[in-house]
Amino acid sequence: MLNYIWFGLMAIALVVAAFNGTAEAVTKGAVDSATTAVEIAIGLVGIMTLWLGIMRVAEAAGLVTLLGRLLRPALRFLFPEVPADHPANGAIVMSIAANMLGLNNAATPLGIKAMEELQSLNPRKDTASNPMVTFMTLNTSGVQLIPSTMLGVLAAAGAANPTAIISTALVATFVGTVAAVLSAKVLQRFYPEGE
Amino acid sequence: MREILEQISIWAVPVLLVGIPLIGIIKKVKVYDVFIDGAKEGFGVAVQIIPFLVGILVAIGMFRGSGAMDLMLDALRPLLVYTGFPPEMLPLGILRTLTGSGSLAYTTDLIKTHGPDSLLARMAATMYGSSETTFFVIAVYFGAVSVKRTRHAVPAALIGDVVAAIAAVAICVWMF
Repeated sequence: MLNYIWFGLMAIALVVAAFNGTAEAVTKGAVDSATTAVEIAIGLVGIMTLWLGIMRVAEAAGLVTLLGRLLRPALRFLFPEVPADHPANGAIVMSIAANMLGLNNAATPLGIKAMEELQSLNPRKDTASNPMVTFMTLNTSGVQLIPSTMLGVLAAAGAANPTAIISTALVATFVGTVAAVLSAKVLQRFYPEGE
Repeated sequence: MREILEQISIWAVPVLLVGIPLIGIIKKVKVYDVFIDGAKEGFGVAVQIIPFLVGILVAIGMFRGSGAMDLMLDALRPLLVYTGFPPEMLPLGILRTLTGSGSLAYTTDLIKTHGPDSLLARMAATMYGSSETTFFVIAVYFGAVSVKRTRHAVPAALIGDVVAAIAAVAICVWMF
């Protein structure tokens, strides 16, 4: 699917550019985006290093296993393929918790750590496993409790009551997350892991 | 409730950075050695993401640069008016899955144009706050473990995004 979306976006850009005469803007879009992508990845080096180090300490202290065990019922429902005592459980919990609290600097490294743990269980290293996709949908639906960026924007624009959106965003996030996870669970049958 | 959550958010990182090694020390773990050992992987993981992120962001950058994004939105507008979905919200829904900075700029602009207490502003803020930049997340997370075949990740995530967007509009109409 990503193959078609990826090619489709670029092919459409070229066709539209031919009609609009925006070839220069397309070139600029490509070059600027490539630069931005590398800046984002390199920008991750510091926090990645920090959190991977701290997570290794948490593992050695037995905290990751403990966390996974505490939330076992929920994890067993969401990730039935992951063995109960595997460190992936704890890593998933840490990452989701960081997401909920809006700790963007910690959420990405912890999420990547969880993906690495899930990858260690994955028999086909170039193909996403079911638990990987389920975990991914929890992340793409953004389970944040306080939408702090938007509260900031609304407050800066002089809103009378910026916090009014907390409850609405919470409901929308929850509904979206449930839909995403259910879709992952249903769709996994139609996308076999091996081919 | 909100106060409590904000306090947790402020304190979470420093408390974890001290608390985790503290428990390590209690359990007689050589915390610094173990930290360095885990931290070594940080650079490699970040670098591994680069090809995936460049691929996704370049395609999106070209699409936006060509004006195809605006064309698509114009084409969809009449359909939206027909269904009662506010036409201003669709670009946001699409931008939100593709670009973080683009959707933030669009939301900020919408809030300024219509006033921060308008229904549209609250809808936009709700929509922005209730989702993530899906394609970015997919590129970063699968990139970090070099997974190329993403199977049902894109359709499942997009269904979640569509449902969240509709829910955001519906809940705001109902609440405000």
